[in-house]
Amino acid sequence: MSRILIRNGRIIDPASRLDAIGCLAIADERILSVLSEPAGFNPDTVIDAAGQIVCPGFVDLSARLREPGHSHKGNILSETRAAASAGVTSLCLPPDTKPVIDMPSVVEYIKDKAEKAGYPQIYSIGALTHRLGGGELSAMFGLKQSGCIAVSNASEPLANMLILRRAMEYAGSHNLLLMYRANDASLSGDGCAHEGAVASRYGLPGIPEAAESIALAQCLELAELTGCRVHISQISCKQSVIKIQQAKKYGLNISADVAIHQLHLTENDIKPFDSSYHVIPPLRSDTDRKYLLAGLANGTLDAVSSDHQPHDLDAKLGAFPETEPGVSALETLLPLMLALSDQKIIGLSHAIATLTRNPARILGLDCGILSPGSPADICIFDPNASWEINERNWRSAGRNTPYWGQTLRGRVSHTIQAGKIIYSLPECS
Amino acid sequence: MSRHIQLTEQGRLKHFLSIEGLSRELLTEILDTAESFSGMAGHQIKKVPLLRGKTIINLFFENSTRTRTTFELAATRLSADVLNMNIATSATSKGESLLDTIRNLEAMHVDMFVVRHALSGAAHFIAQHTAPHISVINAGDGQHAHPTQAMLDMFTIRQHKKQFAGLKVAIVGDILHSRVARSQILALNSLGVDQVRVIAPKTLLPAHVKDMGVIDLHDMAEGLADVDVIIMLRLQKERMNSAFLPSESEYFRCFGLNEAKLKYAKSDVIVMHPGPINRGVEIASSVADGPHSVILQQVSNGIAVRMAIMSMTMQSHGVSA
Repeated sequence: MSRILIRNGRIIDPASRLDAIGCLAIADERILSVLSEPAGFNPDTVIDAAGQIVCPGFVDLSARLREPGHSHKGNILSETRAAASAGVTSLCLPPDTKPVIDMPSVVEYIKDKAEKAGYPQIYSIGALTHRLGGGELSAMFGLKQSGCIAVSNASEPLANMLILRRAMEYAGSHNLLLMYRANDASLSGDGCAHEGAVASRYGLPGIPEAAESIALAQCLELAELTGCRVHISQISCKQSVIKIQQAKKYGLNISADVAIHQLHLTENDIKPFDSSYHVIPPLRSDTDRKYLLAGLANGTLDAVSSDHQPHDLDAKLGAFPETEPGVSALETLLPLMLALSDQKIIGLSHAIATLTRNPARILGLDCGILSPGSPADICIFDPNASWEINERNWRSAGRNTPYWGQTLRGRVSHTIQAGKIIYSLPECS
Repeated sequence: MSRHIQLTEQGRLKHFLSIEGLSRELLTEILDTAESFSGMAGHQIKKVPLLRGKTIINLFFENSTRTRTTFELAATRLSADVLNMNIATSATSKGESLLDTIRNLEAMHVDMFVVRHALSGAAHFIAQHTAPHISVINAGDGQHAHPTQAMLDMFTIRQHKKQFAGLKVAIVGDILHSRVARSQILALNSLGVDQVRVIAPKTLLPAHVKDMGVIDLHDMAEGLADVDVIIMLRLQKERMNSAFLPSESEYFRCFGLNEAKLKYAKSDVIVMHPGPINRGVEIASSVADGPHSVILQQVSNGIAVRMAIMSMTMQSHGVSA
């Protein structure tokens, strides 16, 4: 039995259009009441959230934990602890672990490790094809039964359009969400940067926008043909925003997210050959970023993901093209999201929705909302607290972030998952 | 930031990684210094003691006999001790990382690395991670830069045309994969030529080549009209019969330089090529060996220009040129 009372916080719950100062009571794993304190409620923990924002815990659609298989880069314990400190209460783990999440035993292993760690809820995404090879369907039904929340082929290519069609039909038959990262491997080739002015100048092999938007267009056509529920993961360019907007207007049952770094950085921010800017899909042009921001503001893009990819030092030490792509991004997710709200690109409540209710709805989860009876997944943060990204404050095993050494605004003080305080800022506890 | 990684706080050359960020004055100083060395080739004793006691390692992760040889000669004429390492065939193939290789060689008290590598940015990476007393010279990294080649080309152009202002220069061929072209474009624009044109089919041009300050053209008649300098690029055989180009004969017909196409240019045009040339693929023998060709002068100028750059970067160690 755990009873928590959060007092004096500004409660923002986009799902119930709530933005008011008051208290929130939690009993066991669920929210008991919002704005009013139940008569006779006898909390064993009281959190004073004066000056802070209380909102649903964040739901991250894509975070690599590097376990199993790549534990030199991070592990379930280190990365879920980082997630908890970032206000994340649920996260989706893409299937490109080693072994690949294409068998129930791997899902069980992850569940077991996650339980022992005791941090955010991990939802495994099952492999769409056997060993992510792109040629043979995985045993999706078994994966779903063991707890996979969706299926995807991560960043790996599919052999052809027929496989994608059959995968959609099969996933649809089992009512499984298909997550798709749009990339035509023949067009992106060995590219490592956006095919734009910067790559042209620095002689970096380029990835054209069309590599993404062509694959996306094909995927949308097949989504219509098969009626499969499709989520488009981590788009990066203008044409993708336009195509998703059109498809939604047309009535297609799709959703989409964008990685937080794509909303802040462009090719012009890449310091020459600095591998911390090496991400796939690559940082695009200013125009692309403007479309992504507009797409987020007008609802074309439903959610923002961290696309967290921690790396060991060696992975980022080398000539730019040979370094591994990805940013360690969980811990900068909230500050960077708040910056978009400070810049008046989207409202604060909408910004929170893209991290909470919207991704939860995509996944069919009942979290991401603060109403009596909902899971007590809660994030409390100080929107004005500045903190420096350094060894002392950083928890992920991967320090590969372009923001290393910078000071960002917005800091989580408490994270509550299923009624349990899984994180509190050392200064606050 | 790393745009200036190659300069000291006083604005002197510490490394030589790219033409980017180097002022016209500095480029001109390199050319002037090279000129003072270029007379030496005719002397009985071809050496100066500027880098006596210094150790230079030619670190070639990619094979290149010609570039390595001119660097070796340049270093020898400056009286440095030179060690050649062909890593393409040794350490990294055993799984040793780029950084480990550098650290190991650093421990041998070297003063300069001359680096060639197949990946863009490799020279920057080494310069960022090497000990502060070591200078790094980029002898070609991936498709990014080959700045010493560009400077010897500038030297050759100045020899013949006296000044850069007013010149129209055409670069012909595989710009997309060419580190030489990228460095030449930066140098030509920095030195203030009138026009840089690039001539190639679109398959061999970078997507945003216009942003590099050039005029892009796909036709030799239009592209060579009235130019003072033609720079032909080497076409790698592996581009043929691929998605880049259909065939050698079609490429030569459209973009190969022969005597007929040479007539579009000014009558005193000079023809350059960074070598090694593919006769009959990008250039006809009659042009390569003809009166407008300065290809062999480029090779001899390479030594003086590399001597200039080596001695200038070593000035940050208290060596005066």
